Amino acid sequence: MYVYDEYDQRIVEDRVKQFRDQTRRYLAGELTGEEFRPLRLQNGLYIQRYAPMLRIAVPYGLLSSRQLRKLAQIARDYDKGYAHISTRQNVQFNWPELEDVPEILAELATVQMHAIQTSGNCIRNTTTDQFAGVARDELVDPRPWCEIIRQWSTFHPEFAHLPRKFKIAVNGAVSDRAAIEVHDIGLEAVKNEAGELGFRVSVGGGLGRTPIVGSFINEFLPWQHLLGYLDAILRVYNRYGRRDNKYKARIKILVKALTPEVFAERVEAEWANLKDGPSTLTEAEVQRVAAHFVDPAYKALDDLDESLARLDAEHPGFARWRARNTFAHKKPGYVAVTLSLKPTGTAPGDVTDKQLDAIADLADRYSFGEVRNSHNQNIILADVEQGELFALWGELRELGFATPNVGLLTDIICCPGGDFCSLANAKSIPIAEAIQRRFDNLDYLFDIGDIDLNISGCMNACGHHHVGHIGILGVDKKGAEFYQVSLGGSSARDASLGQILGPSFAQEQMADVIDKIIQVYVERRTEEEPFIDTFRRIGIDPFKERVYAANH
Amino acid sequence: MQRIIKHRQVVDDRWHLLPKDATLESVPNSDDVIIPLALWLEHGPALRGRDGGLGVWLDADEEPESIAGDLDRFQVIAVNFPAFTDGRGFSSARLLRERYGYKGEIRAIGDVLRDQLFFMRRCGFDAYAIRADRSPEDALASLDDFSEVYQTSVEQPLPLFRRRG
Ligand code: HEM
Ligand code: SF4
Repeated sequence: MYVYDEYDQRIVEDRVKQFRDQTRRYLAGELTGEEFRPLRLQNGLYIQRYAPMLRIAVPYGLLSSRQLRKLAQIARDYDKGYAHISTRQNVQFNWPELEDVPEILAELATVQMHAIQTSGNCIRNTTTDQFAGVARDELVDPRPWCEIIRQWSTFHPEFAHLPRKFKIAVNGAVSDRAAIEVHDIGLEAVKNEAGELGFRVSVGGGLGRTPIVGSFINEFLPWQHLLGYLDAILRVYNRYGRRDNKYKARIKILVKALTPEVFAERVEAEWANLKDGPSTLTEAEVQRVAAHFVDPAYKALDDLDESLARLDAEHPGFARWRARNTFAHKKPGYVAVTLSLKPTGTAPGDVTDKQLDAIADLADRYSFGEVRNSHNQNIILADVEQGELFALWGELRELGFATPNVGLLTDIICCPGGDFCSLANAKSIPIAEAIQRRFDNLDYLFDIGDIDLNISGCMNACGHHHVGHIGILGVDKKGAEFYQVSLGGSSARDASLGQILGPSFAQEQMADVIDKIIQVYVERRTEEEPFIDTFRRIGIDPFKERVYAANH
Repeated sequence: MQRIIKHRQVVDDRWHLLPKDATLESVPNSDDVIIPLALWLEHGPALRGRDGGLGVWLDADEEPESIAGDLDRFQVIAVNFPAFTDGRGFSSARLLRERYGYKGEIRAIGDVLRDQLFFMRRCGFDAYAIRADRSPEDALASLDDFSEVYQTSVEQPLPLFRRRG
């Protein structure tokens, strides 16, 4: 992974100093709460229902074991002993004291971490595929590009106060595991006919109140021009994005108002002035950064299909886990393993300090000392030897990470909701738990197969409900907590937004509602047909009829 | 007389900022004035023979493009920040410097507080009228909040990746 040099380190340390002074001025009354707000937000510090919440940047989800141990220590020393993996691959602490935040940042800086631009109206953490660098279907490793974008976006002087937050995602594989089309800018690394590298550029995607799938405005941007072109997009947005209404301030609204064609022309016109300027990337810089992402020292191994199949036969639990929680690796003899943070009864994405320490340990022993956070709120050991898989499974079971549900109905993406978040209309964690309890039969869960169920506690859509195959949204009905269900969303390559099923439901109905939806699918699917395909084939009506049928 | 930060020092400032609805008649002949853009666009020719210095100010939604041909008329161009969190002025200043080659003073006015100064400086501002209830002396330190930067900007045309040793 990327390792800071003296320059990167100095920038992060300067930030700690700056924020320490800003916090001091706030506590001394030299800054009002209103004035401190944008400053703390740009450092990931929200004031929440019970305490501040601190969001720590995990650039494109990559963490070393040393960083994990630091997070564990922070969870112990400054929080209630746990942390939360967010849907943007970051880490959040729910209970730090405001006074402690400068010290937490200083601790983070010792392991090359920070909370820069993790919230507020600025360019946020760039996200990517959690299997970057190891996926078999990868064409271009997105990580060096994410790092180049991270550096470009960090304290960019012109874009420090955008109309609204701004999120960039990069994909370099055939499948889009980074959901690029629901980002403000989505970049897909591609090669042209001459074999040269470039990017397809999507703009104006996003969830929130006005969910929109992005529009591609450039089919091939040569890599040298990446930063200049990003500057051009951001400049058009910074100047012309709406600032009068925060619900209409995202770039998607501007793109829609102008039309993607006109927006693209504006960007082209701006870019014509910036093209070939000093921000033009050099081969040397790309190589410098890419050198941090070369393959680790893989051994020359063979795939162990047969011996693993034998273990499967002896240990059905292992077979199940292997079927769901491992992912094919580009190197023979290796496999990527997803640690499920979704056992029933735990808030999706929560990990304790002890678990973090344990994961660090596993990373050192099984996976070259690194892990990745996924936007599905799980943690991945990307480079495990197949010969060690059985032993690893044993350890994961003891630690509670071996729930064999990755990609299944109970692998729920869920925002903090009403239990923590002051913006919530409704709780989301208890809904996730009720569904997990209802679907506790593993055979049935496996039979249902791949399905994304996403829950947000309000229309801000932190839980990505619009792009869940099943989406659940907390709504407020005359002061009571209700839930609206949508079907057919997808964040994959053919991204789509869910359609609303109908009137909303009370909390205690939710498990039944999901049960009925699944029944319709199971009855109507053809062999091997996943939920989303069945839905696209039969449409929403059969689901509606079943769910709203009068109870006799 | 107000005190502003100019070229990294706190100095007394002699310029008068005229409000957005100022009329031609309200422009004194001999004082140094910063006039609103609309007045310049409407009465530019009439404002040329004055004895006093002339500056213009752009509101956040007013475009540097609209004065690109007149830049040598102004000793000062002020850019207004209606709110601390309104970042449009950063782009305006960069365009004035980098695209249109303006060499005179670019002054930040409006809701200008110390925690923007580092960004402003990099975008080409060289004068800052800190909000009246705050001390410009305190604010000076924030011009140097960071000792290194990644991007190209007005004062550092080479991005870090072209300078990394
Ligand atoms: C508890 C405190 C939180 C607050 C107050 C909060 C607030 C918000 C708000 C207001 C938005 C909408 C912004 C917009 O549409 O422009 C938003 C979006 C988002 N939040 Fe949160 N959030 C919180 C926690 C989280 C957590 C824990 C996660 C991850 C699990 C998360 C992930 C996201 C994501 C991914 C979006 C983007 C949706 C989009 O693309 O528009 N948030 N959040
Ligand atoms: S979706 Fe709403 S309830 Fe959930 S975390 Fe975001 S703002 Fe809070």
